[in-house]
Amino acid sequence: MAAKFDLDDDSAVVIIGSGAGGGTLANELAQRGVRCVILEAGKHYTQDDIENDEWAMFSKISWLDKRISAGGWHHTKTYPNLPAWIVKGVGGSTVHWAGLALRFLPHDFRTRSTYGHVPGANLIDWPISYDDLAPYYDLAEKKMGVAGSKSSGLPLLPENNHYKVLAEGARRIGYKDIVRPMAINSKPYDDRPGCLQIGFCMQGCKIGAKWSTLYTEIPKALATGRVELRPQAMALQVQHNSKGKVTGVLYVDKDGKRQFQKAKVVCVAGNSIESPRLLLNSASNLFPQGLANSSGQVGRNYLNHTTAAAVAIHQKPVYMYRGTALAAVVSDEAALDTKRGFYGGYHLEGLSLGLPFTAAFMKPGGWGREVTSALEMYDHMSCVWVCGEDLAAEQNGITLHATEKDQYGLPVPVVSKTDHANDAAMRRHGLDQFRKMSEAVGATRVIDMPPYPASHNMGTNRMSAKARDGVVNKWGQTHDIKNLFVSDGSQFASSSAANPTLTIVALAIRQAGYIAGALKRQEL
Amino acid sequence: MNTGHNKPSPIPAAPMRRLERTATLSRRAFLKGGGMTALGVVVVPTTALLASSRDALAQSFQILAPETGKTLLVMARDIFPHDRISDRYYMQAIEPYDKAALADPKLKALLDDGSRSLNTLARQRFDKPYAEVGAEAERVGLLHAIETSAFFQKVKGDLVTGLYNNKAVWPLLGYEGSSWENGGYLHRGFDDIDWL
Repeated sequence: MAAKFDLDDDSAVVIIGSGAGGGTLANELAQRGVRCVILEAGKHYTQDDIENDEWAMFSKISWLDKRISAGGWHHTKTYPNLPAWIVKGVGGSTVHWAGLALRFLPHDFRTRSTYGHVPGANLIDWPISYDDLAPYYDLAEKKMGVAGSKSSGLPLLPENNHYKVLAEGARRIGYKDIVRPMAINSKPYDDRPGCLQIGFCMQGCKIGAKWSTLYTEIPKALATGRVELRPQAMALQVQHNSKGKVTGVLYVDKDGKRQFQKAKVVCVAGNSIESPRLLLNSASNLFPQGLANSSGQVGRNYLNHTTAAAVAIHQKPVYMYRGTALAAVVSDEAALDTKRGFYGGYHLEGLSLGLPFTAAFMKPGGWGREVTSALEMYDHMSCVWVCGEDLAAEQNGITLHATEKDQYGLPVPVVSKTDHANDAAMRRHGLDQFRKMSEAVGATRVIDMPPYPASHNMGTNRMSAKARDGVVNKWGQTHDIKNLFVSDGSQFASSSAANPTLTIVALAIRQAGYIAGALKRQEL
Repeated sequence: MNTGHNKPSPIPAAPMRRLERTATLSRRAFLKGGGMTALGVVVVPTTALLASSRDALAQSFQILAPETGKTLLVMARDIFPHDRISDRYYMQAIEPYDKAALADPKLKALLDDGSRSLNTLARQRFDKPYAEVGAEAERVGLLHAIETSAFFQKVKGDLVTGLYNNKAVWPLLGYEGSSWENGGYLHRGFDDIDWL
């Protein structure tokens, strides 16, 4: 049974957000005997609410509170109020993630040492190494049932049509490292069924074959009797005492009333836009720049991967939508190779879109026969998403709008991103490679697409060895306030070319051990 | 099939499950299609059928000017032209505007005024309203001239969902939509590609 906490109870860990970071942290803490309150801004949807319908689910679960795209990136034109495409609901973006569970590579933790000083970038090394995180990657893969991983023991998922087209093309141009470590059950596992190749992974898995905290970590956490979940609880401010320790969280509850939940420890896991926004909104006399922001780095170094997309039209049908949304992933270009004219690497990820989203994203703003002649070949398409290293830069980040407020009365977040010259070079390379591998299996037309709204949001409260370079230490604990933690992808000091969820989960497991130990030692 | 190769041939593969890209006439389309629904009418020449159904749609508008209705329908087809998709589906994308205009005078003004200025431009260039300009390329040229207007952007933006999120259109473009109720594709061709 779920626990129930009084607002005045100051003994619990209050976690803001219930996605890959917050949901995992809550369960991991609860399993270690720690009591928690989860404040989740979104509603508690269940699998009954999940539909195989792209726009219906987009409208239902997306975070659609107003945000403003700013800076030099394409989104100021294509998606002016939708810089990021993430979820507002219990389970956070694990409801909509495609399930790709890639690990970072060792050099991804050492971008400053590996690439040196890159003009226009603000690179640092992580304060942890791959070896530090490796055991937690194992635990995460086991928890999430990653197909093909040693720790889960699950076999790989079968290859769908889309996989076969992409993988064959990739092999024909010489690629060898074609992978699919998916956190989707290849057979029944952890009381969840095996994948039925339904498609619509990004609309929420109707049967729960794909890992999501919505129906794994959260119910397990609640079942311990140590955790209370409060959906539709939007955090407004983390408050503190005169000694500079945080004391609790001011939030708006489901009835629109302001509440203050006292806390022993506060963990912020609201994704890389909301987490820094909350810290900035928590500015006070003692912390005039916002909480945990003595370095001035809160909200900076926003990373969302260097991305591009394209569709290829083949001579015969593919039906890319049949089966898991994510098909073959080419990893050859993720390896360290500085001879290609850009820093960092990328993955070529076969990612199918349904017809409605293909129409929306293929040529935003486009019309006429150029567009419709392609859409008429929808059933002959394969589709790729390029996911590459995004270099940290200070001016990319989250700031608060000076005047405009949202429905909670909070300043609207402004999400600024300007491409580094590196991004254009990497995008060009990735799209050229996709064109080659598509033509190798006979594709007759390849259409480059602009980047989608960002689903991978990272880096705005980054980890650093030195307090002046970032916001949190190697445990995700803020440098400035010892009982305030960051537990989501905003901790990332670099983006790598890997989808972030597995690393967020691994960090959350690791952080839970640290918090549980520190609480026992009465250090927090 | 054993073709005589030495390579061991497993169980003969079933052919790829391919879709006939034909319309599944939805109940909604059937009830709302007006003259289009009389399937016996297919003997009527296409042009006549289109013209009459366009007039019918325009006349059915209660809030927007009939001229606007006609303009919007032709515009919809010129913006996302699919020869295999009948007017019925373009109408379904446009129809909601009439109701919306009732509650939203600004929308009504945007659509009526936009249609009027497009027709003014068409009369200047071709001496007839936009919808009557015979050549697609000439109509498309007119649309390019107003491409940045709020009117064009509104109609084009709404069509992305109005047309492509219409479930009745999906089969025409080879998309099957929701699959969980059919057990997904695990036993329905998720891996049956036969041409690689």
